[in-house]
Amino acid sequence: MTHPATAPVLSMRGIRKAFPGVVALDGVDFTLRAGEVHVLLGENGAGKSTLMKILSGAYRRDAGEITVDGRPVSIGSPRDAQALGIATIYQELSLVPQLTVAENILLGHEPSRAGWIDRRRLEADARQSLRDAGLDIDPQRRVDRLGIAEQQMVEVAKALFRHARVIVMDEPTSALTVREIDRLFGVIRRVTAASVAVVYISHRMRELTEIGDRVTVLRDGRNVGTFTLSDVSTGDLVRLMANRDVRDHFPRRRGAIGEELLRIDHLCGPSGGPVVNDVSLVVRRGEIVGLAGLMGAGRTELARIIIGADPPSAGNVVLDGRPVPPSSPRRAIRAGIGFLPEDRKRHGLVMTLSVCENIGLPNLARWSRGGIVSRRAERAEADRWVGELRIKTPHAGERVVRLSGGTQQKVVLARSLAADAKLFVMDEPTRGVDVGAKVEIYELMNRLTDAGAGILMISSELPEVLGMSDRIYVMRRGRIEAEFDASAASEERVLQAALGLAC
Amino acid sequence: MLTAASQARRQAEGQARGQTGIQARAGLRFRGAGRRFGTLAGLVGLCLLLWILTPHFLTVANALNVMEQTSINAIVAVGMTYVIVSGGIDLSVGSLLALSGVVLAEALKSGWPAPFAVAASFGVGAAAGLANGLGIALGRLPPFIMTLGMMSVARGAALLVTDGRPVSGFSSGFRSLATGHVLGVPSPIVFTLAIYAAAALVLSRTRFGRYVYGIGGNEEATRLSGVEVRFHKTIVYGVSGLTSAIAALLLTARLNSAQPIAGINYELDAIAATVIGGTSLTGGEGSLGGTIVGALIMGVLRNGLNLLGVSSFLQQLVIGAVIIAAVLVDLMLKEKRG
Ligand SMILES: Nc1ncnc2c1ncn2[C@@H]1O[C@H](COP(=O)(O)OP(=O)(O)OP(=O)(O)O)[C@@H](O)[C@H]1O
Ligand SMILES: [Mg+2]
Repeated sequence: MTHPATAPVLSMRGIRKAFPGVVALDGVDFTLRAGEVHVLLGENGAGKSTLMKILSGAYRRDAGEITVDGRPVSIGSPRDAQALGIATIYQELSLVPQLTVAENILLGHEPSRAGWIDRRRLEADARQSLRDAGLDIDPQRRVDRLGIAEQQMVEVAKALFRHARVIVMDEPTSALTVREIDRLFGVIRRVTAASVAVVYISHRMRELTEIGDRVTVLRDGRNVGTFTLSDVSTGDLVRLMANRDVRDHFPRRRGAIGEELLRIDHLCGPSGGPVVNDVSLVVRRGEIVGLAGLMGAGRTELARIIIGADPPSAGNVVLDGRPVPPSSPRRAIRAGIGFLPEDRKRHGLVMTLSVCENIGLPNLARWSRGGIVSRRAERAEADRWVGELRIKTPHAGERVVRLSGGTQQKVVLARSLAADAKLFVMDEPTRGVDVGAKVEIYELMNRLTDAGAGILMISSELPEVLGMSDRIYVMRRGRIEAEFDASAASEERVLQAALGLAC
Repeated sequence: MLTAASQARRQAEGQARGQTGIQARAGLRFRGAGRRFGTLAGLVGLCLLLWILTPHFLTVANALNVMEQTSINAIVAVGMTYVIVSGGIDLSVGSLLALSGVVLAEALKSGWPAPFAVAASFGVGAAAGLANGLGIALGRLPPFIMTLGMMSVARGAALLVTDGRPVSGFSSGFRSLATGHVLGVPSPIVFTLAIYAAAALVLSRTRFGRYVYGIGGNEEATRLSGVEVRFHKTIVYGVSGLTSAIAALLLTARLNSAQPIAGINYELDAIAATVIGGTSLTGGEGSLGGTIVGALIMGVLRNGLNLLGVSSFLQQLVIGAVIIAAVLVDLMLKEKRG
């Protein structure tokens, strides 16, 4: 779907943006053609989100110019961007959960008659936008009843209603499963066929060649190349964005597997509204156990019960032969369970604290004496992790609000890897992390298992599950649907089990 | 015995040593200093203005006077800062001050030795604060509601204990707590500084202090990090009750009298000092260094307006306007820095 002849709808030239202590963008050029899917690629903190936030009016540029249809424009606010037909879909969705799909699509543009909202037209207009996006969603449903994927598509419909000509998607798939990604791609193909240009940001390399027409690589706030995707290999792109060779994708060293470490017996819960239904599983020392499944299969709920965040309604968790007291994260940590939550903003980070303090939070008991925090110990640890995971921050005392999304994820990771745990429960550990850093994270997981720890890894990325796990459980509707040995598993078999099609 | 993880970590250490060029020092030391500097500049500017407007302002006697006057509010604001950093609010501080004051006075009057009377008073203040904390942490009451209720309960208790009458007349030894000097400095100032030094150390250096910031910044993330959130929240309100009781001790000794109607509107002054000092009402950020400057701004303003002969009606108006302006400027500076 390339349109090489079309003139750019949008071009950005010499865009500069500095924050205290960092130059986020250093003279970036970027052009977008009508009807193309333009992939924006770069390591964590390269400046992708910042560039798009300038386009959507969330940030103001320090220098540079933006033209739309060849005319210079000034984008000073999200309103300006909307008037120019630029719509942005952030990873954190910006719909009003209590309103219906139709009300959200037309928010701020409600058709009215004598001051009263014309509900019939409201729904008709919404239905039209949904049809334009090729969606089959009831406009009268409340948004909080929809899954994340559907909400994302409602955002696309909303953009179309506002006559968007440019739709920016900043890591739209990081919370989606394979099937939902397919649906999203269907919607993208449909809107680009209608000459809408899409900017697509993702760290999942497989998606790029599938959906993208052209790609621009950012590195340290500079554009280091724009290519037609069919002309370059993924390897070249990775090398270009990382500026070094990135080794084997899934460097799993399968070592000796020891005795049983974690045993879960007939676990049900959480007690309020049970999602997990009679789950039993085992993790051994030195083993990485993958937990696959669709969104809503109950994997996160299971993890939360194991680490004591939610109370179970039945069953128990046994670590190293000793029962882990339920519903207390504190006691689960004491028992030797380390946790990495799925939602870093809600359950992971304290945004007002620094990188160093966030890494310290669950580990302070070890890094303090008589209640006094040893700032030297804490800082030394933080500095080490900043180096090891290449956490892109001016210094370990920087507040995490100021870091890029993937960099924040690395902070959550560092924190859980620093835990003095025997068993690590990691819920989507590499979400939003760049390709190069993923390999380093996998290497750290190898080291943990070499030293005898066990890891229970929840992941929606099948290649990751298959590449890193020694054993895989597939969950579906709150139950364990299937169990595979790494050697016997394939993407197809796992997916079929997740969908309930296994024989 | 080394656990698996710590062995892995040790191994990792060897490989990673030398790669970390990035220093944490600057960032940690100056955290929040920018904001505090703004408030400090405000205080200095205010002093300069008053110095030009009135010759009586910049004298040693007046400076000591201002600080002495400020000490009560400043001490109450210590607890308020803890509470606000933890994401809550405490409306009961003024009533708790009155209640612990009359408990102290009644105990002294009935012949208790001063140390016991003081201990009883502190105990009552802290216990009432802990009750606030339990209602909030275990009962899941909104802090606003719980402390609003306690505000009335403690006031009622203070009135009941004293039958609505002030209790006065104490030994000169006891009064010297507030009227004495240490190396020429009035003792309330010494008290205040000592309390700030200790409370600031606790807030910035201890695990407890760190957890207070964590709870205010993201309670759920802090809980999942294994922090006993309910316990620490309860303690925070206990600290606030305790600082109210300490303020009551100084006030009672200074006035040689304890009033059941003391401390009315003190919560507002304490909240004002805290937010002028740059502590965010949404929790998770702030510092006692900011709060003491905030309290001084309030004190200097009041003193200056008095020296200038401004009517007390107009004073209220000016002080209210200054609070709004100070927080507005702070927000704008914050936005600019991103
Ligand atoms: N509000 C802010 N204040 C200070 N620094 C910021 C702010 N926003 C971004 N930065 C910095 O700008 C740089 C670029 O960040 P940006 O979010 O654009 O990265 P990104 O390419 O989107 O990374 P990721 O893949 O992790 O999402 C980073 O170094 C980041 O720390
Ligand atoms: Mg980003």
